[in-house]
Amino acid sequence: MITLENVSKRYGAQVALAPTTLGFPARRTTVLIGPSGCGKSTLLRMIVGLARPDSGRVLIDGEELTAVNADRARHGIGYVIQDGGLFPHLTAERNVALLARCLGRPQQWIGQRVTELARLTRIPDAALARYPKDLSGGQRQRIGVMRALMLDPPVLLLDEPLGALDPVTRFELQEELKRMFAALRKTVVLVTHDMNEAAYLGDHIVLLREGRVVQAGTLDDLVRRPVESYVRDFIRAQRSTLPEVAS
Amino acid sequence: MARAFILLLLPAWCFAQDTLTVGSKRFTESYILGEIVARVAADAGEARAVHKPGLGNTGIVFAALRSGAIDIYPEYTGTIAFEVLNDPKAVDIRAINRELAKSGLGVAVPLGFNNSYALAMLDTRAGALGIRSISDLSRHAGLALGLSHEFLNRNDGWPGLKHAYRLPFAPRGVDHGLAYEALAAAQIDVMDIYSTDAKIAKYGLRVLEDDLRFFPRYEAVLLYRLDVPQRFPATWAALAKLENRIEASRMIGLNAEAELAGKSFDAVAAGFVSELGGAAAVAPGDGPRTFFGILFGGDFWRLTAEHLLLVFASLAASMLAGIPLGVWAARSPPASAWILSSVGLLQTIPSLALLAFLIPLLGTIGTAPALVALFLYALLPIVRNTASGLADIPLALQEAARALGLPPLARLRLIELPLAARSVLAGIKTSAVINVGTATIAAFIGAGGYGERIAAGLARNDNEMLLAGAIPAAAMALLVQGLFDLLDRRLISEGLRA
Ligand SMILES: Nc1ncnc2c1ncn2[C@@H]1O[C@H](COP(=O)(O)OP(=O)(O)OP(=O)(O)O)[C@@H](O)[C@H]1O
Ligand SMILES: [Mg+2]
Repeated sequence: MITLENVSKRYGAQVALAPTTLGFPARRTTVLIGPSGCGKSTLLRMIVGLARPDSGRVLIDGEELTAVNADRARHGIGYVIQDGGLFPHLTAERNVALLARCLGRPQQWIGQRVTELARLTRIPDAALARYPKDLSGGQRQRIGVMRALMLDPPVLLLDEPLGALDPVTRFELQEELKRMFAALRKTVVLVTHDMNEAAYLGDHIVLLREGRVVQAGTLDDLVRRPVESYVRDFIRAQRSTLPEVAS
Repeated sequence: MARAFILLLLPAWCFAQDTLTVGSKRFTESYILGEIVARVAADAGEARAVHKPGLGNTGIVFAALRSGAIDIYPEYTGTIAFEVLNDPKAVDIRAINRELAKSGLGVAVPLGFNNSYALAMLDTRAGALGIRSISDLSRHAGLALGLSHEFLNRNDGWPGLKHAYRLPFAPRGVDHGLAYEALAAAQIDVMDIYSTDAKIAKYGLRVLEDDLRFFPRYEAVLLYRLDVPQRFPATWAALAKLENRIEASRMIGLNAEAELAGKSFDAVAAGFVSELGGAAAVAPGDGPRTFFGILFGGDFWRLTAEHLLLVFASLAASMLAGIPLGVWAARSPPASAWILSSVGLLQTIPSLALLAFLIPLLGTIGTAPALVALFLYALLPIVRNTASGLADIPLALQEAARALGLPPLARLRLIELPLAARSVLAGIKTSAVINVGTATIAAFIGAGGYGERIAAGLARNDNEMLLAGAIPAAAMALLVQGLFDLLDRRLISEGLRA
């Protein structure tokens, strides 16, 4: 369970996140959604310790995240960004195995784990030997997920993982992510702009606007019981394939 | 080759007991006199005599004497009064000795000639303008003066002369060895010369009369450490016999043998000493000189080894210090400001000034201060490129590395340095190539390398000798460049190539 207690963050005069209290239920997928600049990435970066809250605290399984325990906490968190965030000087396989090697995991264990993850993310062996520049966007993203899952962390954070992909690849990967989330049963927090994606992947949806949580709940809650007109407007602005919104 | 390296690295004090080290400055007359002193000392049969020729300028050679790196060298009374003691009244040997004794030094054995500064013009040009004396110059404000750097900066040189004669000129600095050609080509009208200059007749020069008696006397003497007569009494007695044995015309002749007849300093000195009636030293035959003969002469491999040692030993040290400094600068913006400005500042120190400062600090001349100077000069490109290479890593990748939970050192080693490797390597390459060029100045403090030939070539206006030093240095720079291009292909990850 990840809990944010009254965390806030500002960059100069710009409020990235107003004081926010929010829980992410264990083994569920929570989707953060909202317009550009509303603080989604900031929130995610706080959980992995890349941004320090100006106030409040981040609790992971009851333990406060600090500068001292950040690295240990990160070993329990997989973090995936748009386009994978792969290191260009390392092959796909080396990207995936980097942390495990650095932590001294046995070579055989690493080999097995990489094979397992390649099967899970449907990465062909040949792609593992390539450098990121020689992979397709979809493959880079899959490798990014492999790297995040390498140590089998209980938490997986994904910041617009499919943002840079063409519609077909995106569609495929959405299905695969859903399958993986169901199979792995991790605490997932995923950021997206796309309400369809949020509806498809999320058990919970958190709608943000200008650094504040507008509404948090299931898709059903947002659709049937919008707390303010902005929720309705935001959902309406999306695909017409969504159910009719109650007024 | 290995033995040459060991010899180079042995500190001078290993030999201090039984070796008399003679120094000389970077001009023909000093080379010849230094060689004569060394030969006479060696012939006395008491001490091993080593000549360290062509040491930088007065500051460097005097620092070497004080530190004990050399024991004795030929100097001029005027230079000592103005440059060393800063006391224009200390012009006679007694007064000079009173002052020098405080530093454990002394002068003795006046060699018999006065080599004072003078100004000279082409005789034809001076005649056309009706210029006979320095006073006459002030009526021709349009004349171009090309003066040696040393003359320009000495108290007893241009600053004092300009003041005494109220001269209206803004002179250009010209290397002394090149000034004659510049004068002959009418690029300059007036140059400074020495009164024992070998080329007065050859170039048809008119020496302008010092009508206000500004230039003090520059009696040639031996400047030595006061312990030399005790350590080497027989040698000292032999050296004392040089007193008044070289009159001005003889000195001009010796200078001309080297500069105009192209004899080696060795050969000129040997000829003089054997004439003196010492042990019949046979002058080494010079034989017919060809350019390739000079280029690949007997000293080629020694000079190459010395040059390589200077370049790469200092480069290794610069990498060991520069890469961590660059990392530090990239990590901490406040540290970055002063790290980059101080290594940048080092770069602005003129090399001869830096060497003159390092000699007393390290107590020796030769390889050690040269390595330190090269090390300091090579820092900037390495520090700057390491810092900028790290700073240029895309933020997303820096964060991806942190978010993985890699410990800081592993992050640096596995992610950041490899991503910055291109830039770091380019910095090291720049430093290495610059080092090859800068290392030629090491010859001014007796550290050898190709600079020895360049210094000797400049000293006696011998273009072939100069090229025989400059060409291998340029070739080495190209080779080093090629080596680093190869390393780039080897060390930079395939994944970083387009
Ligand atoms: N390092 C930073 N320096 C200054 N301002 C920042 C920084 N990071 C974020 N901000 C600002 O904080 C606000 C929230 O940014 P954040 O990246 O969290 O938005 P987002 O919801 O992820 O947007 P997007 O959907 O475009 O990715 C924005 O106004 C952004 O400009
Ligand atoms: Mg974002």
